Amino acid sequence: MKIAVCVSHVPDTAAKINIGSDGISIDPSGVTYVVNPYDEFAIEEALKSKEKFGGETVAISLGGDANKETLRKALAMGIDNAVLLKDSGYRDSLSVSKALAEEIKAQGAELVFFGKQSVDFDNSVVGQLTAELLGYNCISVAVSFVLDGNKIICEREIEGGKEVVETNLPAVITAQKGLNEPRYASLKGIMAAKKKEIIEKIPAAATNYVEVLTMKKPASKQAGKIIGTDASAVPELIRLLREEAKVI
Amino acid sequence: MANKILVFIEQRNGLIKKPSFEAAKVAADLAVKLSVTAEAVTVGNEIEGLEKVGSYGVTKVTHFKNSDLTNYSPSAYAELITKFVNENGFDILFFGTTSMGKDLAPRVSAKLDTGLAIDCIALNTNSSDIIATRPIFAGKALVDVKITSPKKVFALRPNVFNPGVPSDAKADLTVVNVDTPNLNVRVTEIKRAEGKLDVAEADIIVSGGRGMKGPEHFHLVEELSQVLGAATGASRAVVDAGWRPHGEQVGQTGKTVSPTLYVALGISGAIQHLAGMRSSKYIVAVNKDKDAPIFQIADYGIVGDLFEVAPAMIEEIKKIKS
Repeated sequence: MKIAVCVSHVPDTAAKINIGSDGISIDPSGVTYVVNPYDEFAIEEALKSKEKFGGETVAISLGGDANKETLRKALAMGIDNAVLLKDSGYRDSLSVSKALAEEIKAQGAELVFFGKQSVDFDNSVVGQLTAELLGYNCISVAVSFVLDGNKIICEREIEGGKEVVETNLPAVITAQKGLNEPRYASLKGIMAAKKKEIIEKIPAAATNYVEVLTMKKPASKQAGKIIGTDASAVPELIRLLREEAKVI
Repeated sequence: MANKILVFIEQRNGLIKKPSFEAAKVAADLAVKLSVTAEAVTVGNEIEGLEKVGSYGVTKVTHFKNSDLTNYSPSAYAELITKFVNENGFDILFFGTTSMGKDLAPRVSAKLDTGLAIDCIALNTNSSDIIATRPIFAGKALVDVKITSPKKVFALRPNVFNPGVPSDAKADLTVVNVDTPNLNVRVTEIKRAEGKLDVAEADIIVSGGRGMKGPEHFHLVEELSQVLGAATGASRAVVDAGWRPHGEQVGQTGKTVSPTLYVALGISGAIQHLAGMRSSKYIVAVNKDKDAPIFQIADYGIVGDLFEVAPAMIEEIKKIKS
């Protein structure tokens, strides 16, 4: 079975985000980029699936040359092949999904993993969009994954619990934290990944339907009052919450 | 600009979820502004009080009904809604950004080949466009976006849009029985976390961080949650340490929340945590480090030992509630 995993290259969650001079993108200076945290769970599940069912794994990423770093990380963890869909311009979620769907089709992958969302634009929709474009079944925000023959059973996180979802291959699964424990790349894996070729392709252009007009920082919150330094401040705190904030 | 607006009403267990009323109100208000009509659609089996969407200004609701549709089925729900949109010429769609909405809205959007703005926290209209504001990087920045496709899909963040005071108006209900829904993807079982409020839905959240010093002290967070009727949250550090389950994690790799009141106990306020809770209306922080970043966004702070302060808070709240 051919298994694909789609990965994105994003600013580290510890990064401060500043707006770039164009007013519609972030200022990348001083920002460290990493594998999207949720994609690590997707990579791990792809590797586990290959170990269990055999086949071949491929990591796909859309973006500029910098994304190769994230693809190398996937290779170092044990993914067999990597494809960079080279396009560093702005694409909305659907336009990204169209490029990914095209490549997944070309690869003939029947099982596809994504992280449940990229921690940059936080859309959490690319997996579902790609599945629809491919005509694949899709389970999003999975915290467990079982494949038995053609049948898939996942648990997905919902408000106040989980729901058990069933479907069949071909399918797209988007990974939530808790799905597995991503492995560390071995030294051998890291060395091997350095030698592997990352295949570069130019994806077809697609029209963006979502236009970014402005990017801005949220209004900064004023630091409030320090009420005290021990338990004696508690009655005043509770009074403020009741009478000033009126929240309890 | 637009002809017709449609709002998706989410039901779980036959009960309408609150974010759907918020979305209904936004849809109805927009319809008035654009001089067009707003309708609602829902999918499920027995659903209580559907006419109530009328009290938020939506005049008509269509219910696709089948006993296999009690639980969510992404394939069936997406197919039914898409067909309904195409047959009736709706061109602006609203969803709530709930776990169902986040799953369903993109499927419908892909089928209709539209742009999608998810997790919107504000909508503004000018003469020709609807401008949606949405947080990115878990709220470290915001973008204003406009959708340029003929049909447009918006998903609204729960707890942000005020549904106002419901009127007595009732919507006209049309029930459409569905013969053979497409159950290619279907929910077979729902596992509820017993008696626990979810941070994503709670009006008040009490969260604990590394300052709790160990999982054995989290009973303080839970007790304070209980007396406040709050959900229990946690920082990434304590979830990664295995002290608390991931479902409770607030922050950029957990849940982004905007409750009315957020109480942070022993949380210093890493950037990724602040990003996930900074839009809370009121923030209370208890931390012994006066330089902890959490105090920069807290409305009320106590610089002190949480093992003294938290029990005092529990007692004080018990006193006023009794």
